[in-house]
Amino acid sequence: MAQLAVFVLDTLYSVAVLVLISAGLGIIFGMVRVINLAHGEFLVLGGYSAITAHGLGLNIWLSMLVVAPLVVGMFGVVVERLIIRPLYGRLVNTMLATWGLSLVMVGGLNMIFGNTTTGIPLPVGGFSVGGYQVSGYNLLLIVLAALQMFVIWLVLGCTRFGLLACGTMQNASMSAAFGVNSSRVYMLTFACGAALSGLAGGVLAPLIGLTPGGGANYIAKAFITVISGGASVVSGLVASAGLFGTVSQIFTAVATPIAGELALLVVAILLLRALPSGISGRYFRNRI
Amino acid sequence: MKVAPRTVLEARDISVHFGGMAALNRIRFRLKQGQLHCLIGPNGAGKSTLFKCLTGMLKPDEGQILLRGEDCRALKPHQIAARGVGIKTQLPNVMNGMSVRENIWLSARRTNGAAESDRICRQMLERFMLTDIAAQHLDALAHGKRQLVEFAMVVGQKPWLVLLDEPAAGMSAGEVELIADVIREINQTATLIVVEHDMRFIRMIADQVTVLHQGRILCEGDVNFVLNERVVRDVYLGRAA
Amino acid sequence: MAVWQQTVGAFLIGLVIMAALPLVADYYTLTLLVVYGILALSLGLIWGYGGILCFGQAAFFGIGGYTFAIAAINFDAAWPALFLAVAVPALFAAVLGAMMFYGRLGDVYLAVVTLVVTLILFKFMNATAGQEWVIGAARLGGFNGIPGFPTLHLPWDAQAWLIDDRLYYFCFVLLLLCLSGCRLLLASSFGRIIIGIRENETRLQLLGYDTHGFKTALFTVGGGLAGLAGALFANWSEIVTPGLFSLGQSAEIIIWVLIGGVGTLIGPVIGAALLGWLKFVFGQQSVIDNSLVMGVLLILVVLRLPRGLLPAFAALAARLLPGRGGGRRRRLLAARNHRPGETPTGHEGGSAHGS
Repeated sequence: MAQLAVFVLDTLYSVAVLVLISAGLGIIFGMVRVINLAHGEFLVLGGYSAITAHGLGLNIWLSMLVVAPLVVGMFGVVVERLIIRPLYGRLVNTMLATWGLSLVMVGGLNMIFGNTTTGIPLPVGGFSVGGYQVSGYNLLLIVLAALQMFVIWLVLGCTRFGLLACGTMQNASMSAAFGVNSSRVYMLTFACGAALSGLAGGVLAPLIGLTPGGGANYIAKAFITVISGGASVVSGLVASAGLFGTVSQIFTAVATPIAGELALLVVAILLLRALPSGISGRYFRNRI
Repeated sequence: MKVAPRTVLEARDISVHFGGMAALNRIRFRLKQGQLHCLIGPNGAGKSTLFKCLTGMLKPDEGQILLRGEDCRALKPHQIAARGVGIKTQLPNVMNGMSVRENIWLSARRTNGAAESDRICRQMLERFMLTDIAAQHLDALAHGKRQLVEFAMVVGQKPWLVLLDEPAAGMSAGEVELIADVIREINQTATLIVVEHDMRFIRMIADQVTVLHQGRILCEGDVNFVLNERVVRDVYLGRAA
Repeated sequence: MAVWQQTVGAFLIGLVIMAALPLVADYYTLTLLVVYGILALSLGLIWGYGGILCFGQAAFFGIGGYTFAIAAINFDAAWPALFLAVAVPALFAAVLGAMMFYGRLGDVYLAVVTLVVTLILFKFMNATAGQEWVIGAARLGGFNGIPGFPTLHLPWDAQAWLIDDRLYYFCFVLLLLCLSGCRLLLASSFGRIIIGIRENETRLQLLGYDTHGFKTALFTVGGGLAGLAGALFANWSEIVTPGLFSLGQSAEIIIWVLIGGVGTLIGPVIGAALLGWLKFVFGQQSVIDNSLVMGVLLILVVLRLPRGLLPAFAALAARLLPGRGGGRRRRLLAARNHRPGETPTGHEGGSAHGS
């Protein structure tokens, strides 16, 4: 019984991590139609921001939950202005340019922080379930991921900005005719996506050894979670993160963590072969 | 060709649904060898959907399409084309970055050797009066010329059945007449289905006409008979004429 | 006829360049640049002419290298291993290509699948450190890779290893052969059909061509070429490691091709040599990080020179020398009009650009 509970918690945790690391990429892909291959580095930048802020004496929660998204969000604004703006509508070119950005960020972080592993301590302790040790922080991440998806759903579905953003993504010239400044909407949406990536990097920082090149570990997983989810930001993302998290956790439990990762990747390929426009392209068409 | 013409294409009760709406509702017709058959109807009548079914780009939900007696539901567009069906879509569908000559050559090359393709290509260039611009890239040409190149590509394949989707769309009056001549000429050797909207053009070329309305066949028969039908005028010509 | 003459002429010019290059750099560095050239050519062919942007060309490179190492250890002979190192990646590309093209995956999904396949191989190879991971007599060795396999020697003298100058000349001649082969391939009917597919796949289907089959075939050729580069790389470095499969390697190949010029054959080779050399130069110092330079270059090229260096130079030359020049320059200029791998993603983005 306790073993089952732990397995369920572990599965929820791996789904939550997938949701956290994919949400920023998903917003940017789903809304702005840009595939941000520097996404992994956005996460890493969030992590470094949190660590630096904490090192400067700031409260750890403040560093992770406020400073990290703020820094990366502002960085996102700069990136959008300089690199993404001239390339809107050219998906492959944005992929190439953001890949270049990813290399720049790896190099830059390397020059600033050095090629060593850094980290911050876990802010909460653990407790035990029938002889198994469970991390309280993992539970916190599960709650945070659920909260985050709920907020995104709320913002897109029920606020003025969300409706404007959705409208602009559907038909920019029509929205412009209604007096919406579509260029500002794009910029803000991109910045929100970047801020979400920063948040994920911040809250994951205590769990991972942060290195400048560490983003590469996340980009592929985030990438396939988003693409497999398809065009609907919230429902698609939750569905594919749920599927992949469960699969990888099952394989991790019966074999090794490496087997879990490989299984995730193989399932992703099979899924795309079967549903070429992602899960939401098939089952949640035209939903958020 | 005075022998009794045989059926070369048969649609048996084909239906297509988009969501809850029936875009095509139990369409059936037979096409005899050598016919020039027009599919007409107002916007949204299901003409383009039917065209897509015939070319294999869309699979009907129900019913079957027989091509010389062969059920072609399972065939992909390239397999249908490879059975000797020439297809021209509504917008000029050409290789923009290649020259007129290369475009036509590629169409001839599928069933012929390189040297024979060169010969067919020269022949088509002359027949469609494209020799002067043979070296120009397609993206440098005007709409009408691009349409002509695509006709040359279709004819260069020597098809026995030709499917044309709105061949006169966006053409000048002179070009429309040229296209009408070309269609009549193709009809010397091949059976044709022309999906069309433009009534003047239909009067220029048509022989047999089927009128589609809201996914159903409203009326079919000889062009003069059909265009004088009251019901056809009501749904369609009332606005167009 | 003219194509043959041009190709032979270009081959001879290539031989002259081959003889001249050792005057400016050492054999060891030059060999690596030549191997990179073959690798870049493999992507330049499928991306520039088939419109297939493969984010995982490193997969075939790595499979080529590993196949060579494993086969060479098992056969205790390098030459048969070289053939296998071309055949196995080609076969892998054929299977993967057939799956992707007949599955009608769009551009983005194709990029994801190739990227993920590369990642799977990378993770898998890294996880093979244990004793149980053995193919014949070869241990896969995990992140340490496979060292100490027999390398190529002169066919008539088993003691005369292909190293230094010998390996350089061997690789360079292979590069020239590959370039000439690609040139002739593109001039053939197959090549013209491939270019037709890049221009308008639907039209080619409606003309009755099985475009998926043609793309799979081209992808196979690209996989084989990348495999050859992998085998030569293994000969040069005398060790193969999972790093061959890394995303960074895939990124670099794309950068080479993009900077050299998509839609040309020699462009990617020049791009690879140029950037390989730059990387070497920047590797000498530690002030500026190497990937920073690569990244800045990639961004600048995408934003400023989306056609790459070679077509940009050709356009410049055409402007400086008006009235002169024949078909070749026109063809390079024409490359401007088709940006392979570029699909407008739709209404929304396109209009956003205008606003």
